[in-house]
Amino acid sequence: MGDDRQMKEQRVFDKIIEVKNVTKIFDDTTVIDDLNLSIRRGQFVTLLGPSGCGKTTLLRMIAGFMAPTSGNIYIEGQDVTAMPPYKRPVNTVFQKYALFPHLNVFNNVAYGLKLKKIPSGEKRTKNGVTVDVTRKFTKAEIAEKVNRALKLVGLDDYGHRDVNSLSGGQQQRVAIARALVCEPKVLLLDEPLGALDLKMRKEMQIELMKMHRELGITFIYVTHDQEEALTMSDVVVVLNDGLIQQIGTPKQVYDEPANAFVADFIGESNVISGTMIKDFCVKFLDTEFVCEDKGFAKNEQVDLVVRPEDIKLYPENSDKGQLAGQVLSTVFKGTWYEMEIEANGYEFTVQSTTEAKVGQKVRLAIEPNGIHIMKKLRTVNEFIGEVTGENWVDFCGGSFEINTFVDGVALEKGTSVKVYVPFDAVELTDDEDDGEIGGNVTRSLYKGNYYQVQIYTDTDEDFYIDTTDEWDNDDRVGIKLNKDKIRLEVIAEDESDEA
Amino acid sequence: MKLKGIKKNNDFRPTFFAFPYLAICIIFVVFPLMLVLFYAFLGPSGVNGFFDANGKFSFELFFNSFTFDNFVTVFTSENLILLLKTIGIALLTTVICLLISYPTALILASKPFNKYLILALLFIIPMWMNFVLRVIALKSLLYMIGIEDGFTATMIGMVYDFLPFMLLPIYTVLMDMDKSYKEASTDLGANNMTTFFKVTLPLSLKGIVSGITMVFMPVFSAYAITGMLGDTNTNVFGGKIDGLFVTPSTWGKGSALSFVLLILVFATMLLGNLFSKRTAGAKAAAQGGAK
Repeated sequence: MGDDRQMKEQRVFDKIIEVKNVTKIFDDTTVIDDLNLSIRRGQFVTLLGPSGCGKTTLLRMIAGFMAPTSGNIYIEGQDVTAMPPYKRPVNTVFQKYALFPHLNVFNNVAYGLKLKKIPSGEKRTKNGVTVDVTRKFTKAEIAEKVNRALKLVGLDDYGHRDVNSLSGGQQQRVAIARALVCEPKVLLLDEPLGALDLKMRKEMQIELMKMHRELGITFIYVTHDQEEALTMSDVVVVLNDGLIQQIGTPKQVYDEPANAFVADFIGESNVISGTMIKDFCVKFLDTEFVCEDKGFAKNEQVDLVVRPEDIKLYPENSDKGQLAGQVLSTVFKGTWYEMEIEANGYEFTVQSTTEAKVGQKVRLAIEPNGIHIMKKLRTVNEFIGEVTGENWVDFCGGSFEINTFVDGVALEKGTSVKVYVPFDAVELTDDEDDGEIGGNVTRSLYKGNYYQVQIYTDTDEDFYIDTTDEWDNDDRVGIKLNKDKIRLEVIAEDESDEA
Repeated sequence: MKLKGIKKNNDFRPTFFAFPYLAICIIFVVFPLMLVLFYAFLGPSGVNGFFDANGKFSFELFFNSFTFDNFVTVFTSENLILLLKTIGIALLTTVICLLISYPTALILASKPFNKYLILALLFIIPMWMNFVLRVIALKSLLYMIGIEDGFTATMIGMVYDFLPFMLLPIYTVLMDMDKSYKEASTDLGANNMTTFFKVTLPLSLKGIVSGITMVFMPVFSAYAITGMLGDTNTNVFGGKIDGLFVTPSTWGKGSALSFVLLILVFATMLLGNLFSKRTAGAKAAAQGGAK
């Protein structure tokens, strides 16, 4: 029985950190959106995403420097949402190290130890109540622990040195020693290698992995460098726009990306739009391919990813390969050649150890296990609007002439409606004044034959469109709508109240 | 010939640009100081003592004019008390300025307020007005609320006048301080109080030291405020020197007093410099953040 309970506790406590329904809003911008995440004890977890995806915010909330707008954070089952950082059993390695410039290396590392109180038995008070007695570390204990920590990071004889006299790499080691010496249950690392040069970064990656193995404590590591994440982690959490895109091992995230964003962000990849003809058969670039995925609706629109190393090249006259292509460029990358090859209007990135010359005609073969199918994130934009008159609807900060007859009934003025704008009903214009809604391009994703472009409007809405034109990030654009393709749906009364 | 000209041009070094400044320095700083020193060794008749009854320059009179009498009169008990009083007022002003400025700077540099530079500006704006005007305005204000001229009025005037010089350097240091130091401290187990005493305060020492120097030194030699807001009890060294320069016969005494004051101020400045140099390395990094 006792064992049973112990095991149960063990299982509960196995989740060292739990983030439940956490939302963080800064000045009306949602940085973390209703995020749930649990981290198992002893794992090396990487929070990976582009800048502004909310990964650092999430880490800072776990460290306690920031409180979530809503939701809770648990460490070992204890709700720490309102707990100040100095009471949490976690320590942080900061991006810019944040070593105290007025203290030498030894005193920087000893900083946390000098403050720490450790239990030193129990004492019975006059009232007969037993209370825990705590004491501080003695000087000798501190010296021993500090020297051991400095040894761990390879800075044995640096105790007396001024922190400003150290190189970036050495400062980083001191920062790691300073955090580890406190024996945290979780070590938080906020892009700790970002300021180091490539060679030093590779060295530190290996050392950090070694430390993680030896110490056995949980590491949460924030980075925007996908290679770093794939190299070091047990688990990679891919974040974008404050949402978790995928959680998985480095291999899962690379081989089976959950969506087009993950596929595009992690590694080199060819993201193409296609149609599921039937189970195990997908059609893209006007060609049918055998694949290993099933369970999609017939003729469902899908995104698919083909990694550059999964494309095999054959001579022009070979009977192998499904696509005919022509080499546009080739670059030697050390152990392989990276080539741009055009086939049926799509520019494939291909990696191969054998070179094909520019202009050469080749055949491309993609094996079934080289094609990974992903559900399309969305194909239609959804907005909330209001009917302002016969055939007039307000949404996204503008008034539009749209047929307000829904199911043969004219909508009354003031009715709240859901406005569905299909991707192909949107047109982008260079000149903002030509469009009806102004916005900035925030992302442009090439999907073969077309780009999926995300536009952030002045009224804080996101527009997604498919276009054959390439748009640069931060381009100022106008959005034109094809009103005939826009569909309205009345929002049920109680639902609108809720909103 | 032309070649020579070019060669000469190559010798032109940037240090030459310092020469005009050097000239200004000699004319307006070194020369007046020498003049003060010169007068400090002259008797009551001053330079007039060099000439005989006929108005002719006499070497004998010239050499006889020089005396140490002025310096002897400096070290009287009356002057010593005055000196102590001056140091007392200067120290008190500096301490009050520091006690007001540090918490104010801390608040102005903290989270919700540091976005509004205008708040800090409010403390600085009075500096843009002539200080005599400010003191006259303050005088009427103090009359209105029933504070007569005297020690209290003097201290209020001094603190009011010199507060920005203390606030500004401290505020600047606190604003420039990388906030990750504070975060690192709390992360390592220090509560806000400990963090303040172990991180924020030591890292802002440079601002405090320059604030102290910028307030103590001018207050030490200031006499206009004590003259306008004080009474006989608040006489300071500067006021005494001012009085000695009213009649030419006491210029020598005045010069000797000025010289002693100058040396004292110089000594405090050296002390301040020595202190800030000792901690300079750490502070420079504190302001720039770790690289």
